[in-house]
Amino acid sequence: MYGVGVAFQPSGASSSAGKSSKEKKRHDEDDEEEDDNEAKGVDAWERAYADERSWEDLQEDESGLLRPIDTKTLVHAQYRKRLLLRSSAGGSVVSRIQKGLIRYLYVVIDLSRAASETDYRPSRMAVVAKQAEAFIREFFDQNPLSHVGLISIKDGLAHRLTDIGGSPEAQIKALMGKLECSGEASLQNALELVHGYLSQIPSYGHREVLILYSALNTCDPGDIMETVQRCKKAKIRCSVIGLSAEVFICKHLCEETGGTYTVALNESHFKELLLEHAPPPPAIAEYAAANLIKMGFPQRGAEGVVSICSCHKEAKVGGGYTCPRCKVRVCELPTECRTCGLTLVSSPHLARSYHHLFPVAPFDEVPPHGRPGQRLPTACFGCQLSLVGQGVQPILRVSCPKCNQHFCLDCDIYIHESLHNCPGCESQRISAV
Amino acid sequence: MASAPSKLYQDDASLVVALLDTNPFFWAAASLPFSEFLQHVVPFINSLLLLNQLNRVVLIATGTSSCGYIFDSGEANSNANANANANALCSGIIKKLEDFVGKDSKIAKGPNGNGDATRPAISSLLSGSLSLALCYIQRIFRSGARHPQPRILCIQGSPDGPEQYVAVMNSIFSAQRSMVPIDSCIVGTQHSAFLQQASYITGGVYMKPQQLDGLFQYLAAVFATDLHSRNFLRLPKPVGVDFRASCFCHKKTIDLGYVCSVCLSIFCKYHKKCSTCGSEFNQGTVDSTTREQKR
Repeated sequence: MYGVGVAFQPSGASSSAGKSSKEKKRHDEDDEEEDDNEAKGVDAWERAYADERSWEDLQEDESGLLRPIDTKTLVHAQYRKRLLLRSSAGGSVVSRIQKGLIRYLYVVIDLSRAASETDYRPSRMAVVAKQAEAFIREFFDQNPLSHVGLISIKDGLAHRLTDIGGSPEAQIKALMGKLECSGEASLQNALELVHGYLSQIPSYGHREVLILYSALNTCDPGDIMETVQRCKKAKIRCSVIGLSAEVFICKHLCEETGGTYTVALNESHFKELLLEHAPPPPAIAEYAAANLIKMGFPQRGAEGVVSICSCHKEAKVGGGYTCPRCKVRVCELPTECRTCGLTLVSSPHLARSYHHLFPVAPFDEVPPHGRPGQRLPTACFGCQLSLVGQGVQPILRVSCPKCNQHFCLDCDIYIHESLHNCPGCESQRISAV
Repeated sequence: MASAPSKLYQDDASLVVALLDTNPFFWAAASLPFSEFLQHVVPFINSLLLLNQLNRVVLIATGTSSCGYIFDSGEANSNANANANANALCSGIIKKLEDFVGKDSKIAKGPNGNGDATRPAISSLLSGSLSLALCYIQRIFRSGARHPQPRILCIQGSPDGPEQYVAVMNSIFSAQRSMVPIDSCIVGTQHSAFLQQASYITGGVYMKPQQLDGLFQYLAAVFATDLHSRNFLRLPKPVGVDFRASCFCHKKTIDLGYVCSVCLSIFCKYHKKCSTCGSEFNQGTVDSTTREQKR
C-alpha cells in the first residue's frame, strides 16, 4: 500500500525548509519536487524496473550469453497448446460438434473500492473497461446471434447498466459513461439480479454470466449459498475472472454452475483469459433445449424509398430491411422485430457462426529435416514465404494432416484464428466432394 | 525528402491479388475465348505496374481441381531488368498459366481415368484461391508498417459451387476483419451470389461488364484505381444483394424459416430432428410471439 508512504514523507521534508536565502528556497522547491516523486512510492529509475520487468525479456543460452527471448516461437508454442486443448475438448466426446451458438450473457463488472487499486495500470477499473470493450466486440464477431448485457456492482448493490441486447456499440457506450467506483462488492446481489433477468429468456438460449471481480470479499444481505443453488437450478453458467487472488466463494460458484474460474496475473494475462470466453462453449443438453426457432430473412430495401423505421421512429431514405411477416422497417440486423417479435437475421450472420461447426484440424509439426527420402516443399503453401532457412537452423513448419501441404507458423495461426479454411484442402476437388 | 515518398507509399501504392478463373468447362463455352481474355488481362496487369512503381501484382489461378500462384511482381522485379520487362512478363505469365492448366486438368482426370466427364457444369475452386490470396496479404501485413494497400480482384466466369459456401463465407469474413476489399468482375453469363456478397460485405466493387470485347476498358476504368482515389470516383453501385437464405433441405430461397438453435441450420418447414447436428427438438417450435406473452 502506497497510501502510508504518502502521509509521512512530505512532513519529513518540510522541516528543512524555512531558511531565508533565495537560493536555499529554490533548492527547497527542488526538494519538494523530488518528494512528490517519492510520494508515488518509487523513483523514476526504480519504476522502470518495477513496472517493465525488462529482465524477463532476456534468456540465457547454452553458452551463458544473454539473448532476447525468441517471442515468435514462444507465441506459436502457446497458441498450439491452446488449439490442441480446444480441439481435444470438443472432438473426443461426440463426433458431431454441438456448440451453444445462441448465448445470453451478462457481464458483471465489479466497480467496488477494490477496482480503484493501481496494481494494474492506470487502475484495475480502467483495465477492466478497456478489455471489456475489446471482449464485447470480439464476442459479437464470434457469436453474431447472441446477446450481451452489462451489470455493475458498487456500494454493495448491483445495477443494470444495459438491457440485454445485440448491438456492441450501445453496450460499450453505456459502460464508458459509468466508470466510477466506490463501496463494497456484493456477489449475491449481482447474481440475484442476473437470475431475475435471465429467467425470462427463451429455453433454447444459453444463459451465462461472466463476472470480472476485483474485490477479495463479498458483502451480502443473505445466504449466498442459496443463491448459488438457485443459479444452478436455473442453468445459468457462471464464470469468474479474478483480478486480485483466488476467493473461495467464486470458485465454489463456478464449480457448482459449470463455469470456469481464473485469476489474472497481469494485464495481458487478463486479456487472454477474457477472450477465452468469446468462442461459444460446448452445448450441454441439459443447459438448453434444442429447438427450431422461427426466423425471418428480410430483404434490403430499395434505394431511394422513404419509410419510417421502427427502431428510431424516424423517416429514412433508402437502405433498411423489411420484416417479412409484418412489413415493418428496421435499420439493422440482427434484431427482433418491434411489432411482431420475429427474430430477423441475414444469411451472412448465420454463416459467420458456421466455422465453429466445421473447424480446421490442427496442423502437425514437421520434423526439421523431414523423414528420410522425403523432399520438403521450399515455400509455404499459403503465402509463398520461403521455408528454407539461412545457415544451419531450419525454419519451423507445420503441415495439414488432410492435404499434406506445408505452412509457415504465421499462416498456421492466421488459418486457425481468423480464416478458418485450410487453403490446401480448399484447393482440392476431393475434399469438397 | 524522406517523408514524402513514405506518404505516397501508404496512400496510393497498392497490392492487387488477381484471381483468374481458368475453368476449362466455362471457357470452352464462353463467348470470349480464353486467349483473347488474356489479351485483356495481361495488359491490365502491366498497366497496374506502370501506374506506380511501388505497385505490386500477384496472380493466382483458380482451377477446377487446384489453385496456384502464377505470378508475383515482387519476385519478378528483383531478378529482371526493368527495360525488357513488358514482353518477358507477358510470356512468363502465359507460360506459367499453360503449365498450370495442364497440371490442373491432369489432377482433374485423376489416376483412374477421367471420372469427371459425368459431372455437368463444374465450378472452380474460388474458396481455395481466396484463402491463398488472404494468406499472401497477411504476409504483406506482417512485413512492416510501410506496406502497399492490398485488395483482391476476382475475375470469375464459372457458376458458384454450393459446396464451397461455408469456406467462401469464412474467407469473406476474414477479409472484412483485415479490411481487404474484394472486387469482382464477372465475365460469365450469370451473376455470382458469392461475389455479390463478398463485394458488399468487404466494401469492394462488383461489376458484370455488358460487352466483353471491351473488358480491358472496364478493368482499367474501374479496377485500376487505388483505394484512396476511389473516394473521388463514381464507381458502379451494387444493384442489390440477395441476403435471403436458402434452406438446407430443399435449397429453396426463403424469407421465413426455421433455424436449429444448436447449429443454426436453416429449414423451410418444421422437422423433428436436425439433419446437420442430430439434435432432437422436443417441444413445439418457439415462435417469438409466445415469448412476448411470457414477458
